[in-house]
Amino acid sequence: MRRNQRRALAGAIALATAVGLTACGDSGASDDSGSGSGQIELSIGTFTEFGYEDLLKEYEATHSNIKITHHKTGQGGPYHQQLLTKLASNAGLEDVVAIEEGHLSDVLDKPHLFNNLTEIGPKDVKPDRWLDWKYQAGTSKDGALVGYGTDIGPLAMCYRKDLLEAAKMPTDEASVKAMFESWDSYFAAGDQYVQATGKAWFDSDSQIFNAMQNQLDEGYLTKDDKLAIESNKDIKSNWDQVTAAGGRGQTAKLVAFSPEWNAGFKQGAFATKTCPSWMLGVVKEQAGPENAGKWAVTDAFPNGGGNWGGSYLAVPKQSKHPKEAAELAAWLTAPEQQVKAFEKTGNFPSQVEALDSPELLAFTNDYFGDTKVGELFAAQARKVGKAQYKGPGDGKIQENATSPALQAVEQGKSPEEGWQQAVDAAKKIVK
Amino acid sequence: MTTVTRRAPHQGVAPAPPGPPKLTFRQRLSVADVKWSPYLYIAPFFVVFGVVGLFPLLYTSYLSLFDRDLLDLEGTFIGLGNYTELLRDSQFWTALTNTLSIFVLSTGPQIVVAVGLAALLNTRLRAPTGWRVGILLPYVVSLVAVGIIFANLFGPNYGLVNSVLEIFGIDRIDWQGNRFFSHLAIATMVNWRWTGYNALIVLAAMKAIPKEIHEAALIDGASAARRFFSVTLPLLRPTLIFVVVTSTIGGLQIFTEPKLFDAMPGSNNGGSSNQFQTITLYMYQTAFETQHLGYASAIAWVLFLVIIVIAIVNFLLTRRLASTGAEDDR
Repeated sequence: MRRNQRRALAGAIALATAVGLTACGDSGASDDSGSGSGQIELSIGTFTEFGYEDLLKEYEATHSNIKITHHKTGQGGPYHQQLLTKLASNAGLEDVVAIEEGHLSDVLDKPHLFNNLTEIGPKDVKPDRWLDWKYQAGTSKDGALVGYGTDIGPLAMCYRKDLLEAAKMPTDEASVKAMFESWDSYFAAGDQYVQATGKAWFDSDSQIFNAMQNQLDEGYLTKDDKLAIESNKDIKSNWDQVTAAGGRGQTAKLVAFSPEWNAGFKQGAFATKTCPSWMLGVVKEQAGPENAGKWAVTDAFPNGGGNWGGSYLAVPKQSKHPKEAAELAAWLTAPEQQVKAFEKTGNFPSQVEALDSPELLAFTNDYFGDTKVGELFAAQARKVGKAQYKGPGDGKIQENATSPALQAVEQGKSPEEGWQQAVDAAKKIVK
Repeated sequence: MTTVTRRAPHQGVAPAPPGPPKLTFRQRLSVADVKWSPYLYIAPFFVVFGVVGLFPLLYTSYLSLFDRDLLDLEGTFIGLGNYTELLRDSQFWTALTNTLSIFVLSTGPQIVVAVGLAALLNTRLRAPTGWRVGILLPYVVSLVAVGIIFANLFGPNYGLVNSVLEIFGIDRIDWQGNRFFSHLAIATMVNWRWTGYNALIVLAAMKAIPKEIHEAALIDGASAARRFFSVTLPLLRPTLIFVVVTSTIGGLQIFTEPKLFDAMPGSNNGGSSNQFQTITLYMYQTAFETQHLGYASAIAWVLFLVIIVIAIVNFLLTRRLASTGAEDDR
């Protein structure tokens, strides 16, 4: 009966897909019908910009028996939702699918839905191709490699030079680095800034808290997938530290990526921002030309380093040509290709060799005063310690438990009430 | 109908009716044609309804009896466990309260204003079509655009509404954080979009009211207000019932507005403490974000029942209200 239930669900979803989403009807692994001479059709699904268009053509040119269809989705949210639904219905997925780091914890505890790339992938692809923490994060608990790493988002600190000067704070390289040495020094500098200007130090509590959370040895779940939000005292002490700093006026109370947050960049509502490599483009776009030259980025981040963002390429079990798909994914995630993708989109490569490539090291950003950002973020990427274990639901706890609760604190809840809200919400997610 | 049945049995004393007459194949075909073709013609609707309406409805009720996650291979049968848990779930009650509050804040004023607008449009106006199209314009605008623009207008820090309030010396309002004001902002969005649409439906019904009745009332010396309340309103009853029932169904399923109103882009939380999360938003979040498919199915069914109950209540209420003052409505 249980099997029937699953079948019926698959049927229902397939039906819904067929009726509602006819546009996507042709997606998924196509049969190698027609053109008999071993012609293989592969499909690959990505979201936003991976910079793969030219690379896929190049691959087709060197592999005459392979034809590739590329499905691009504009936004990550709907893409991952589709991904999960198609995984559930066991049909309709591409041969190679991109999965974003934040969504990886949703599928990493279901390795049976994906091919183990160490088994079916080319044998010359070794773990040492990637930064160790990136490779580890793509591996399931039982050791199956679910995805090859594509890009990463190493964290650095962005800050407004002019605002620091206005607050009579030092802006020379050494002093700024000292300021961003640890979280204690960061919050202390924040107090100084708030006292001098009456303005906020960072954009929102949750942006700081998430960075601190990611530096812990364990995430919101322990290795045996038990909720750690209460048992792990470090989480609570981070919470206390952030909400206290926010309560002292350090937070601008602007929810990341909201229209108000965008406006905050223009208004100079906050003086510092946790900055993964891809954030530089966001800062430039939101702060606009009128603030050019005011923002700076430095290769220091409180308490070491961190990572925010980046993706993986996986080969779902549904694929009819897993071997060929894995070969394609392995080729795309090779250092040479990821450097090309970086030049096109700015997605920071996760491959050790790519981090040393002259193209990457020479890369500068004129909005941030011609800083050598390639070199800077390569250094930050190496500062990331080991991969934090993220159990099923980890990303959801951040998004739907702690971040909203921190926002509630900013809106007037007491830190203790907010903490209780976060704990309750986390318990509901992991039940 | 009755005459046919009466004639069918053979009259009185005639001998026992003969067996059915022998029909040729062609005759049988044509009998079948008359008998079954109509069903065939209306079948497409029912087939499509069965596939996309009835089946999901029944399958959801089946699914709601299981503890099952989206990516689970199989569910565990837990009977009514999801429902009992739902009744203890404070977030569900919050969402239900939010939904009802937004619904009341939107549907109530909306229908009153729509009837008022329709009455105005029913007077002699220059370029009546222009006015009618004008009030329908908000309905044409993409819902997503409406959501984004209103979320901007109601921004707590840099929003236009708060800036205007400040000019008049009124304190800034935390449209996101405060529960009541967030409902008000969302209801504004709904009203802006739907009032004109409903006004047009009511206007059509007003146009259909025979002139004679108004003239008779006029001769009897009824004022314009009296004519509106004693003639127009009672005769609008069937239309008002329709409008109320459809906006009940729509109002209880509000989804896009609160979703886009959230400061966190793409979030289904309905604010930092679920202060404006509606039931559909909660259901969506449970199914596709938290991925508790069985639990989400239970929410869907409870929502279904709530809508039916409220629609019936509204139906009875509207029948009551619109019939007061009517001379005879049977």
